[in-house]
Amino acid sequence: MRQPYDGIVIAAPVTIPYRRYSTNTAHWWVGRAVREVVQRAGLRSSDIDGLSLSSFTVGPDTAIGLTQHLGLSPRWLDHVPLGGASGVVALRRAARAVQCGDAEFVVCVAGDTNQVDSFRRMLSTFSRFAQDAVYPYGSGGPNSGFALITRNYMKHYGATREDFGKICVAQRDNALKFPHALMKKPLTLDEYLGARAISDPIHLFDCVMPCAGAEAFLVCREDVAKGQGIPAARLLATIERHNAFPDDPIQYRGGWAMDLPEFYAMAGVTADDVDFVQTYDDYPVICMMQMEDLGFCAKGEGPDFVRSHTLTADGSFPHNTSGGQLSVGQAGAAGGFLGLVEAVRQVTGESLGAAVPDAKIGLVSGFGMITYDRGLASGAALLAGGGA
Amino acid sequence: MTRPLQRPKRKDPLKKTRVPLLPQGVRSRTALGLTAAAAEGRFRLQVCADCAAVIYPPRDACPRCLSARLPFRDVDNRGTLLAETTIRTSTDVYFRERMPWRIGTVQLDAGPSIVAHLHGDLREGERTRLQLKIDKSGQAIAMALPAEDTPNMADDPQWRELTCDPKFRRVLITDGRTAVGQALAEAVSEAGASVIFVGVADPWKPFPGEGRLRKIERVEIVALDLTDTISVNECAGEFAPRVDILINTAEYVRTGGLIDRKGLTVAREELEMRYFGLTRLAQAFGPVLRARGADGVNSAAAFVNLLSVYALVNWPAYGAFSATEAACLSAAQSLRAELRQGGVKVLNAFFGPLETEWYQAVPPPKVAPSALARAVVRALQQGLEDVFVGDIAEDIRARLAVDPKALERELGS
Repeated sequence: MRQPYDGIVIAAPVTIPYRRYSTNTAHWWVGRAVREVVQRAGLRSSDIDGLSLSSFTVGPDTAIGLTQHLGLSPRWLDHVPLGGASGVVALRRAARAVQCGDAEFVVCVAGDTNQVDSFRRMLSTFSRFAQDAVYPYGSGGPNSGFALITRNYMKHYGATREDFGKICVAQRDNALKFPHALMKKPLTLDEYLGARAISDPIHLFDCVMPCAGAEAFLVCREDVAKGQGIPAARLLATIERHNAFPDDPIQYRGGWAMDLPEFYAMAGVTADDVDFVQTYDDYPVICMMQMEDLGFCAKGEGPDFVRSHTLTADGSFPHNTSGGQLSVGQAGAAGGFLGLVEAVRQVTGESLGAAVPDAKIGLVSGFGMITYDRGLASGAALLAGGGA
Repeated sequence: MTRPLQRPKRKDPLKKTRVPLLPQGVRSRTALGLTAAAAEGRFRLQVCADCAAVIYPPRDACPRCLSARLPFRDVDNRGTLLAETTIRTSTDVYFRERMPWRIGTVQLDAGPSIVAHLHGDLREGERTRLQLKIDKSGQAIAMALPAEDTPNMADDPQWRELTCDPKFRRVLITDGRTAVGQALAEAVSEAGASVIFVGVADPWKPFPGEGRLRKIERVEIVALDLTDTISVNECAGEFAPRVDILINTAEYVRTGGLIDRKGLTVAREELEMRYFGLTRLAQAFGPVLRARGADGVNSAAAFVNLLSVYALVNWPAYGAFSATEAACLSAAQSLRAELRQGGVKVLNAFFGPLETEWYQAVPPPKVAPSALARAVVRALQQGLEDVFVGDIAEDIRARLAVDPKALERELGS
């Protein structure tokens, strides 16, 4: 049995408001987020002795370059280039470092800039497999890769565009209350269905909008957070898995399905105890896959599950309560932090927008890095309020 | 069903010629194994020498047993199309002007899933044949075809991007006095070329086969002397913008090595016709070909070299000739890199001794000019880069792959 994360909390959830395009560098975005964490936690930057960085656009720098750039002297340093799984993975590593005393205050930060041509350039050099075996095939980017996964899922499990639309429309409803969302206009199911095709069956509102932004949080001991007088979330359990089910000819499940029993057992809760879920929503089919693989329904029942629930923050299955990447925007690696930062806000009563009533336990899921035909990284965390 | 290609209308000379763009051609070194297979029209993937796993995308360690012994081997190309998508927006300028574009996930019977370009007649759930092809960037891609041939399937727009089909294209055959040149005129005419310009030096001088050549549909005899720079430039000045496929049929075959030839006269003539002839063609026609690589249905598509297989390894019985052919092969490799910028392919057809007067004393098997011509047309239709024609050419190639030094001795004894 794995050692629990007793006494470890997450605090100072920070979102630096996104912008569609930015002339600033990733360093600028990361710096702003770190500064805000320090300020919100009532610390000086010299107190920060642990740093975890996730960014696609900080090159040629990595985390080490950022220490000098930001004037930090950490004794624990991590770089988590895992895209949508960055948040959960950064958290679980930082939690162990703090728990073992290797660091006291770890800032986990993800930030990316989005310059006018940076997305195209990133796609063509994203991975060796992308370069050799994906980009030369129409260069549709992740849209075409996920279109194939979506198409296959629809065919096998009877999901319809209306089902995916319900997820997107509910997230937009949540986003309308979230001040930092880039999408400010309401979205109806008709508008969703009538949007132009991008890579069939993916249409415009199935896609996230690449943008610039940053997200960050602080990991420290519970007593330290109390001493600082900042609200904090407790960490109940985490899982992480990479390249799960490599023999599936096309992806219909993610790594969560391998580790689920351990996940809930470690937290001592069941899926029924979860008050809200932040899935990784690069495409709505992945949300549906997570509802299955995280134990809210069986494999193949995702479409029915969506049909039988309301997915807004005040609904029967509160989901992506800030609007998710689909409505807030995808700020590169910060997309892998967005759900986690929002979950911390929800369980600590610091929601900026649509608060989930009486939110005690939240589940955050991460998913990322489609280097060839499937997302490789997956992870999840269970958080609870009352940490400080 | 593929809609049959329409004969392109005469081009408005005031219209801008579309600049040839290329899909991304960067590949890992290991992935170039696919390019090598595609160049010859083979379907090869890495197969682990230790555990026999079939591997894709190309790797440097076996994902099943971590072996580093991952040679490319011929693999069963059949599979099933699991899912398809029609891409309607792309960040890439090449694909952007070719939207919509279909791709899909093919599960090979041999194991791996391959994301591939899709032929228009293939539908989700159907059985498919995968082929490796060379795209406009010069690198390998996988294309999924219907399990059985369909009507007009070569006219599919995604397929035609990958081939150099003579259909509705205008072809220049540089020397119509040779038996091979005449056979090629016939073969490309049958393949649907819209015009076949056939170069003849001093056309007022009669030559064997002339009557038959002139009777071939859509053949137009043009004055072209490959040993004369002015003649080549004049011909290009008049016809280069209307040449989509150039097939260099110049030949100069003489026996003997270096010692027994007296002086340099023959060697010079050999080089004038072959090496400098090729250089003249490249300089006169190359720039226009390279600029017209994306010029619609009859875009510039290929520059074809007919090379003796002894370009690859010297045959002392025809020693000086072999040396000239080697020079032409080396030049062709340069030309290939130069024309690639325009998405135009260089096809090298390697042949063994031909069934012509110049190989009179050579025992069979020999290659009939018509067989060489058919092989060239087939290679153009398939979009190949290298083709070996006849038993001798195949044999030399196989022996060369095993032990070049042994082959050198065998040919010299």
